[in-house]
Amino acid sequence: MTDKQITGSSKAHRNGIEALSQKRNISERLRYIWKLLWNDKSGLIGLILFLIVVFAAVFAPMISTADPLDQNLKISKMPPAWHEGGSWEHPFGTDPLGRDLYSRVIYGSRVSLTVGFFGVLIAGGLGMIVGAIAGYFGGRVDDLVMGIINMILSLPYLLFVVFIAAVLGRSLLNIILIFGITDAPIFARVTRGEVLRIKELGYIESAVCAGARWPRIVFDHILPNLIGPLIVLSTFEMSAMIFYEAGLGFLGLSVPPSVPSWGNMLSDGRLYLQQHPWIATYAGLAIMFTSLGMNLLGDWLRDVLDPRRRRARK
Amino acid sequence: MFWIRVEGERENEEIVMTAVLEVHDLVTKFYTLEGIVHAVNGVSFSVNKGEILAVVGESGSGKSVTMKSLLGLISSPPGKIESGKAIFNGSNELGDLLEYSPQQLRDIRGGDIGYVFQDPGSTLNPIMTVGEQIAETILRHQVVSREEAYKKTLNLLEKVGIADPVTRYKNYPFQFSGGMRQRVMIAIAIACEPQMIIADEPTTALDVTIQAQIIDLFKKFQKELNIAVIWITHDLGVVAGIADRVLVMYGGRIMETAPVNKLYENPTHPYTIGLLGSLPRLNEDGYKRLVGIKGVPLDASKEIKHCPFAARCDYAFERCWNEIPKLAEIDPEHKVSCFYRVEKGGSQYDR
Amino acid sequence: MLRYFLSKILQSVLIFLGILLLVFAMVRVTGDPAALMLSRQVSQDDIEEFRERMGFNDPLIVQFGRFMSGAVVGDFGNSLHYKTPAMPLVVERMPATVQLAVTGLLMAVVIGIPLGILGGFKPGSIFDNLGRLVALLGQSVPNFWLALIMILFFAVRLGWFPSFGRDTWKSVIMPAFVLGLPILGRIVRLTRSAVLEIRDEDFILTAHSKGLELQTIYRKHVFPNVAIILVSVIGVSFGYMLGGSIYIEAIFAWPGMGGLLEQAVGWRDFPLVQAIAVFTSVVVLGLNLLTDVIYAVVDPRIRYDR
Repeated sequence: MTDKQITGSSKAHRNGIEALSQKRNISERLRYIWKLLWNDKSGLIGLILFLIVVFAAVFAPMISTADPLDQNLKISKMPPAWHEGGSWEHPFGTDPLGRDLYSRVIYGSRVSLTVGFFGVLIAGGLGMIVGAIAGYFGGRVDDLVMGIINMILSLPYLLFVVFIAAVLGRSLLNIILIFGITDAPIFARVTRGEVLRIKELGYIESAVCAGARWPRIVFDHILPNLIGPLIVLSTFEMSAMIFYEAGLGFLGLSVPPSVPSWGNMLSDGRLYLQQHPWIATYAGLAIMFTSLGMNLLGDWLRDVLDPRRRRARK
Repeated sequence: MFWIRVEGERENEEIVMTAVLEVHDLVTKFYTLEGIVHAVNGVSFSVNKGEILAVVGESGSGKSVTMKSLLGLISSPPGKIESGKAIFNGSNELGDLLEYSPQQLRDIRGGDIGYVFQDPGSTLNPIMTVGEQIAETILRHQVVSREEAYKKTLNLLEKVGIADPVTRYKNYPFQFSGGMRQRVMIAIAIACEPQMIIADEPTTALDVTIQAQIIDLFKKFQKELNIAVIWITHDLGVVAGIADRVLVMYGGRIMETAPVNKLYENPTHPYTIGLLGSLPRLNEDGYKRLVGIKGVPLDASKEIKHCPFAARCDYAFERCWNEIPKLAEIDPEHKVSCFYRVEKGGSQYDR
Repeated sequence: MLRYFLSKILQSVLIFLGILLLVFAMVRVTGDPAALMLSRQVSQDDIEEFRERMGFNDPLIVQFGRFMSGAVVGDFGNSLHYKTPAMPLVVERMPATVQLAVTGLLMAVVIGIPLGILGGFKPGSIFDNLGRLVALLGQSVPNFWLALIMILFFAVRLGWFPSFGRDTWKSVIMPAFVLGLPILGRIVRLTRSAVLEIRDEDFILTAHSKGLELQTIYRKHVFPNVAIILVSVIGVSFGYMLGGSIYIEAIFAWPGMGGLLEQAVGWRDFPLVQAIAVFTSVVVLGLNLLTDVIYAVVDPRIRYDR
């Protein structure tokens, strides 16, 4: 009789990237990935949700029913189609300026995904370089960089984001830059942690001893180990950025008010909550849907890419 | 009395056991996402009171899993003990460890059977004082007051060679060196004067001088407290220094078992010979090539119906590839599972 | 150990100076702080006069010196909107925010830790799945949106709680819950993963090999190590809540610092914004220091010099 309490992890698979690289061809790899997804269905759900959002963003013009910027005060604040007074021409109803809510929600996905994607790209790129330098060189450089990073991370994030957004003004570019720069420290810290860990493992030393030069060390040894945690982090941070964009939009600090963004829609709907709750509701649902999908996906990725390591979340 | 197991059948149970543990046909497998790992494939052996049995084998030979299976220390899922019997002659009764309930196993662990683990760096709770970690074992199995447990712990610390026990009781593991930490682990293992200790590579992570000290410590306890020890190792030098009998494992099975002198004088199984032959020796002159064992370790994810060592064996013949050899006695107390040796009467002098 | 604290305090002081620099710089990033702070319809002359009055024409070093010397005594000038000193306005609002954050944190911890432990103890069980669902929702639902929905439902339709303000003891429940929800999510997940991780540690195997009862193993070996992991996260979360209460306070018209921030941003009252930023940061810094202290108490490895 064995004691089920002795060690809890029943996830008996190895590091996914290791296993993947050992498969011989594309179809074997795909099959392995499918097996992993099917084994942990929540990951599958996350992926599906995420793909739906991407689909909506990419094919927005084709699946919208109207132009999201088209104002028509005569039909403002119309309720959703299944209520009295609604019509299927505007399935989710209209906002105070008479714009079709359904289309705005669909187009809103573009803003969110753009902010999330490019934000993470900038934050990741910056963070990775800084973190890698700190980790690789160690010593005083590391102390200095980590000191600055810890300082930035110990500040109340939202407060400073609001502050900066208020100063810089409303534009998509500003938002992307703000998130990209303020989130870089997280990526830097994780990258540095991983680089230090890799250094400890010793194969950098052996590669150097074997005469490997700089680019080879980076591409063959360091990067493959970084990919896993960074992908996981990117997924979560992207979800967070979508959140923050919505939050800023809610306060009126995100993209300009006419642009269909989920945050803006929440802000539009806030005043009409009692009589016309749908204006804000659907945007909120969209955010939740997206966030849910990305969190599930991120969890699954984390389980697959490093099932045994310490969580690197801030 | 020593039981002979050739076919795995039991003989009369009424005869009094002097062995403290008898294991019959233990099979343990792990069901993982990548396939089934056949870790232990029919292992039978016994341990006598007060003897030190060394279990030798390379990584992946199933030595640790065998021992952990006995005490229910295998995580399940994904592990599963498929079959086998493990009769333990404990202080209370005779029973089959593999049939015990978790509660019964818990009573035995630490009480009748102690365990010493390999890496003293991670096997002690980093935020609990060392004294407390020893004392809690005592308090768990013996009905004593905290005061008495404290005194016994101080006593134990001294016994394992840790000076100034009163101060050291309150210290944390990070304040000890590796060797000292291992002594603490040993103190924990013998705290309740168990019948048997399973030591899983206790000196592998320590340097050689400390290793010698630890070995001496074990021998001392064997003599004083008559504790049986199963000592798992891959180091044949250590085996020579401490064992009474030896078990050689490969591919989750037992290849050879013999009293230590007989094993070193007359190694019979090709694997054993390979292991002993690969040891560099100081007393040889000239330059001699280090002899390894050809081939690669067995892939435990494949279930095999032939001798696990066949691929690496110089003497493998047809039968070796068709059947699994069973342990057969070639000498009193010296058993080997090898068709070549047993059937063809081959010896190590054949080349 | 003394060295540990001294270095932490020194770090905090340096961070404080860094914050002052940051706050000072942020208002000047666009080049003309006067234009930033005044509304569009103001004439060029008025802007010029404003610039003079606020000292924006002086060299940056001088301005920074003035700012710093004011900051260390708590003088951030006057709020542009209220025309009274900025800092006292902020301090006055602090208790409300603290009440909100503390209540929210309490809720998150009291519900979150047990759920996380249950999940780690029996992964895959009903409780675990429930806990993970709660955590997932808590971290996926935009809490400002949820606040709106909850007001609509619980306050307006059902009338159980007031929909805004800080009048009765019931007032704090909804805003605190919504504020603490993401934290709840994080705590459940973190606790669960900490329990799972600690369970796999070698020393837990040792504890099993001693034959200790499960309850004992959890109580004496698993939990203390989990607590160490949780301490820093809880400390950081509290800081996060203090700084991130802006939406919640805005929606619930809660008279705290976050609500003040939202208004100040709307009025372009940047001296007030600066005051809020610095004050909140200092509080958060203090909290981090406190967390470090608690950490040192709980983890003996820190107590002795490495």
